[in-house]
Amino acid sequence: MEVAGIPEVYSSRELNLAEGAEIERLRCTATQPVPEPSEWLDEGDIEKNILLTTVERMIHWGRHYSTWPVNFGLACCAFEMISLAVSRFDISRFGMELLRASPRQADLMIVAGTVTWKMAPAVRRLYDQMPEPKWVLAMGVCAISGGTFRESYSVVPGVNCIIPVDVYVPGCPPRPEALMYGLMQIHDKITSADTTKDLKLPRLGGARQR
Amino acid sequence: MTVALVGTGVAEAVSKSIPGSILASDEKTVVVSADKLYPAAEFLKTSEFAFDYLANLTSADYLDYFEVVYHLVSLKKNHSLVLKTRIYGREAPAVASVVPLWRGAELQEREVFDLMGISFEGHPNLKRILLWDGFPGHPLRRDYL
Repeated sequence: MEVAGIPEVYSSRELNLAEGAEIERLRCTATQPVPEPSEWLDEGDIEKNILLTTVERMIHWGRHYSTWPVNFGLACCAFEMISLAVSRFDISRFGMELLRASPRQADLMIVAGTVTWKMAPAVRRLYDQMPEPKWVLAMGVCAISGGTFRESYSVVPGVNCIIPVDVYVPGCPPRPEALMYGLMQIHDKITSADTTKDLKLPRLGGARQR
Repeated sequence: MTVALVGTGVAEAVSKSIPGSILASDEKTVVVSADKLYPAAEFLKTSEFAFDYLANLTSADYLDYFEVVYHLVSLKKNHSLVLKTRIYGREAPAVASVVPLWRGAELQEREVFDLMGISFEGHPNLKRILLWDGFPGHPLRRDYL
């Protein structure tokens, strides 16, 4: 029944027949329970093959497994650093086996031993020649504070007077295990660095995950 | 090991050749006066003692005087001697250089000049070796603080 100016809202007989046919088809085919979506959606493969992360985290991950120290020993602590590098303690387990002879290829400076004022310009120059980003580990009490030579006329009272230091490893000299622990602290510092911390960026969601 | 010569015997031979050069001597050392050091050292090198090798050169501060110590060795005759000289006065202590006799004294005299402030006349390159130019004082002196 059509009325002029009023749209057809009630279904026609043809539409009713088509709807009935669809219902009959569904009744004939839907005899088994529908399986779980994970069994027919291939979602398992997607989860296995896609990794979501941030570029920053990936860079930090790569950096902390290839921290190359500059091959640079000042005093007796250097022997503990050498024993850390060779087979008994073996820092190649942490991707650090390459003690670079050139500061331009190094990321980490292990200041191993007493720094004298005569040596201080060379230490500063080596640090300046290392490319960013770079980290410094002060090894032994002499590098930390001058140690027993603190009052001396010729010894720098702590290498942090001339270059910034990230991690201090005390001992006279420190055991290689202690130095290894200091290197783990360097790794933690690398992986937890947040380059966008000081930027006032809007954050999506709740607390930022490390 | 070398045979250590008795100092008094050597001192007798030195004073016979260079009169007035010996200040003191005992069984271990010979002490010569500073102004006669070079002739005495030259005599010890060229005479029958044949001290052809300077094993060590160092210095000590006794407040009244400085002492410069020379450890001489003869490789030819396998004997050794400790030769000392005394320099009085703290303002500008000086003694003759032995570099023309033993070339190995060059760096060690520079070290004594650097840390004790004794200048060696006739040294070919007398400048600081361990500390930098402009360092105040000489740190191995007893009165250095």
